[in-house]
Amino acid sequence: MSVVGEKLQPTIFELSRPDRGGGKIPHPPVGALDRIPASARRAKPVALPELSEPEVVRHYVNLSALNYSVDAGFYPLGSCTMKYNPKLNEWAARLPGFASLHPMAPDAAAQGTLQLLFELEAMLAEISGMAAVTLQPAAGAQGELTGILMIRAYHRSRGDLERTEVLVPDSSHGTNPATASMAGFKTITIPSAPDGGVDLDAFRAALGPRTAAIMITNPSTLGLFESRVGELLEATHAAGALAYMDGANLNAILGRFRPGQAGFDVMHINTHKTFSTPHGGGGPGAGPVGVRDGLVPFLPGPRVRQEPDGSFRLERDGERPLSIGRVRSFFGSTGVLVRAYAYLRAHGGTGLAEVTDDAVLAANYMKARLSGTFVVPFERACKHEFVASASDIKHRTGVRTLDIAKRLIDKGYHPPTIYFPLTIEEGMLIEPTETESLETLDGFIDALIQIAAEAETEPDLVTSAPHDAPVRRLDEATAARQPNLRWRGMTGVERPCGD
Amino acid sequence: MPYGSHAADDRARMLAVIGVDSVDRLFDDIPDALRSGPLRLDPPEPELLLSARLQTLASRNRVDLASFLGAGAYRHWTPAAVDQMLLRGEWYTAYTPYQPEVSQGTLQSIYEYQSLLAELTAMDVVSASHYDGGAATAEAALMTCRATGRERLLVSRGIHPHYRRTLETYAEGAGLRVDEVPLVVDGPAAGTTDLAALEMMLADGPPVAGVVAANPNVMGLLEDMVRVGELAHGAGALFVHVIEPVSLSVLATPGESGADIACGEGQPLGIPLQYGGPYLGILACREPLVRQIPGRLVGLTKDLDGKRAFVMTMRAREQDIRREKAASNICTNQALLALAAAIYLAAIGPHGLRDVAALGAASATELEAALAAAGAPRLHSGPYLNEFAVRVPDARRVHARLLDRGVLAGIPLSELLPDDPAQADGLLVCTTEVTTPAEIAAFADALRAELAGGAA
Repeated sequence: MSVVGEKLQPTIFELSRPDRGGGKIPHPPVGALDRIPASARRAKPVALPELSEPEVVRHYVNLSALNYSVDAGFYPLGSCTMKYNPKLNEWAARLPGFASLHPMAPDAAAQGTLQLLFELEAMLAEISGMAAVTLQPAAGAQGELTGILMIRAYHRSRGDLERTEVLVPDSSHGTNPATASMAGFKTITIPSAPDGGVDLDAFRAALGPRTAAIMITNPSTLGLFESRVGELLEATHAAGALAYMDGANLNAILGRFRPGQAGFDVMHINTHKTFSTPHGGGGPGAGPVGVRDGLVPFLPGPRVRQEPDGSFRLERDGERPLSIGRVRSFFGSTGVLVRAYAYLRAHGGTGLAEVTDDAVLAANYMKARLSGTFVVPFERACKHEFVASASDIKHRTGVRTLDIAKRLIDKGYHPPTIYFPLTIEEGMLIEPTETESLETLDGFIDALIQIAAEAETEPDLVTSAPHDAPVRRLDEATAARQPNLRWRGMTGVERPCGD
Repeated sequence: MPYGSHAADDRARMLAVIGVDSVDRLFDDIPDALRSGPLRLDPPEPELLLSARLQTLASRNRVDLASFLGAGAYRHWTPAAVDQMLLRGEWYTAYTPYQPEVSQGTLQSIYEYQSLLAELTAMDVVSASHYDGGAATAEAALMTCRATGRERLLVSRGIHPHYRRTLETYAEGAGLRVDEVPLVVDGPAAGTTDLAALEMMLADGPPVAGVVAANPNVMGLLEDMVRVGELAHGAGALFVHVIEPVSLSVLATPGESGADIACGEGQPLGIPLQYGGPYLGILACREPLVRQIPGRLVGLTKDLDGKRAFVMTMRAREQDIRREKAASNICTNQALLALAAAIYLAAIGPHGLRDVAALGAASATELEAALAAAGAPRLHSGPYLNEFAVRVPDARRVHARLLDRGVLAGIPLSELLPDDPAQADGLLVCTTEVTTPAEIAAFADALRAELAGGAA
């Protein structure tokens, strides 16, 4: 039986019939739009689908049933931190005081939210070891852009215009080099050493007066703490460059390693990873960015300030002339930040330390149990995630990591991240998180071991997986070659909509 | 730890399998000198106490005011079914649909979102979502530069000031030049983009990649978008049309104005105000630009058995494949907000959406008359839909005084546009389908009293 619903759904356009639904909005007065000149009006009425509310609800309930989710089962996607999303946080974000507050409301009308944001910034500064934090970026990648633009502004403010390069390890997230390009820098890729860390010699050779920044993910995308981080930071600063930390893997180091205190200059935090804000099927997230003292003037605006009388206010335009400006409209993804705040308060300092301990414990436990069946390229203790490889299995049986991932669906699990980092042959990046029970971890491990056995005895069963899913493997090549990116025409509507 | 699932002896069993005596051993690879002490944060707060704390904070926000505030984020009514659907864990606790076999719900919902917005904007291709209106506008501007190979942008001062600032930040990184097109100062076209200035700017200086203008513009005024598009195209530039989605049920679409790219803020489509986000960045383009559009795209395809199915596609534009050569660094997007917008459109339907726009316009007509009678006439004379500026001497002070009377009187233009001293005496006000006649009367009465007593 499939782990998700099996009933595919018609599109919402196929469900439409003329003059169905409606009744939600009062009729406007006759002539309400008469003062709009004809030339400014839409010529062809908008051809949206027409459904009754019961049909809308059934459509979206049935569609949702086709999804795998954390609420339904184990979702060990490496690099994504698919931990449980607390329900209190969903409730809190929907409190009318938070949900209905206009982003341009005067400070006097927004004191509750401003206080929450002010306290959240202080908590994130403590966790990251940074002097100050901007809550504005909408996601990790936007946090990276914010951070790298601040680094650029910092160098320029010192008249240092020659720093045009950003060094990035080959195991990094794709967002790192993409960010460097968006910020106008050339990416220099640094190879990994055999132990999975950054190759210090290659790094030193690339470092120089043209280096603006290094971008390091720590723990790395292999789930390994960068044990030469002290040397990396020292060399970076000696060369006049700044050190950016990609905080995607912060779940592994809470209360154990504070990047700002250790010497990183800038880092972003993914609230949708470490601090449990839901991934939403791809978003939203939030990507707060922390900086050390010397970079505070460059933070984007507005930030929240506290007045001597204890009240809170937003910074005014131009209050910090060195600011890189805005990276988005309004304050930020405040609804996401409310959830992160609730998570941090629920845990406190001791709870966050336990989060990291249990996340790292779970990953090492899984690694230990799987190491007899799969290749584990790095033997030393991992942090919150680890890489396993099916390279041996592939060479022996032809069964690839992709096949194993698809077969996991038949066994009731979401597959781990596969073929990332790009540096590992037939890699699987497995991140269990701290919210899973031992029984769940054991169930997943047993499933992977079973699949490895199937690869030897019944390889076709694995290579043709999934068998128990609403659809089989998809024709992705045709989708890309002849893209169909929108529905054209509605069943039941006399004329086709669109073109 | 409030959400952990271990029983009393689980940790000991796990440590035994790993072969270490303490979880501390698993952190031995952190160099001694770089280890941190305990986090100096408050102790954990049990849910009972934390929920009371959150409620107290929320209650300190004033959301009970008679609000006429718009300026890029709009108060709308949302059918109850929308949030009921969004609260399903199958939606909000799923990840990006990288495994399509167990993500058809999210994939189909995004495909439907793309289709709904394509119809609303009359464009060919809609990205699966961007962060918000500001970031989507910045990405649209960068697209025009990639597509034309040119490095100069002309941006109307009629687009939202936050979009201008965001666009400048992105353009600074990319090394692009941004010139602002002024607004007409007086006469019948006052407050709209100065087309004569635009024509001159297109003719002078380096070639222009894209012209960016909004309709309605930041003053709520309707622009001659067809003419803006003609001028842009005449100079070989692309035309970016910044939209407000509810208005597109009645106003000319980007498709009709000849736009190459449409972008804007999707918040009005069923997304709560929540102090600025998470919102929904809409980004759409014509078919020839499809390889330039950043962000995820979902396409329709078939599985091995020929069954219809949906999948993320054209991924060679994206950062995880192309790294430094990607069209953008975007990864996490606003999928759940795109879903909200799609459910909102499905629930409210085409007639409902037109009625929302028309009700807002009808209330605005009433508000205009009421405020004029109270001594605050419109600042401009051109057509508008549901947002407009009125002339109020010492607007900032009056705005603060009205707040004490329970009226959130829009926003002083001097606050919204601090770089435009000509607007010091204006308030930007807005109505929607939730504005009541009583609120309009309260606003007009309070304003009348304030203006009358202003000398006292």
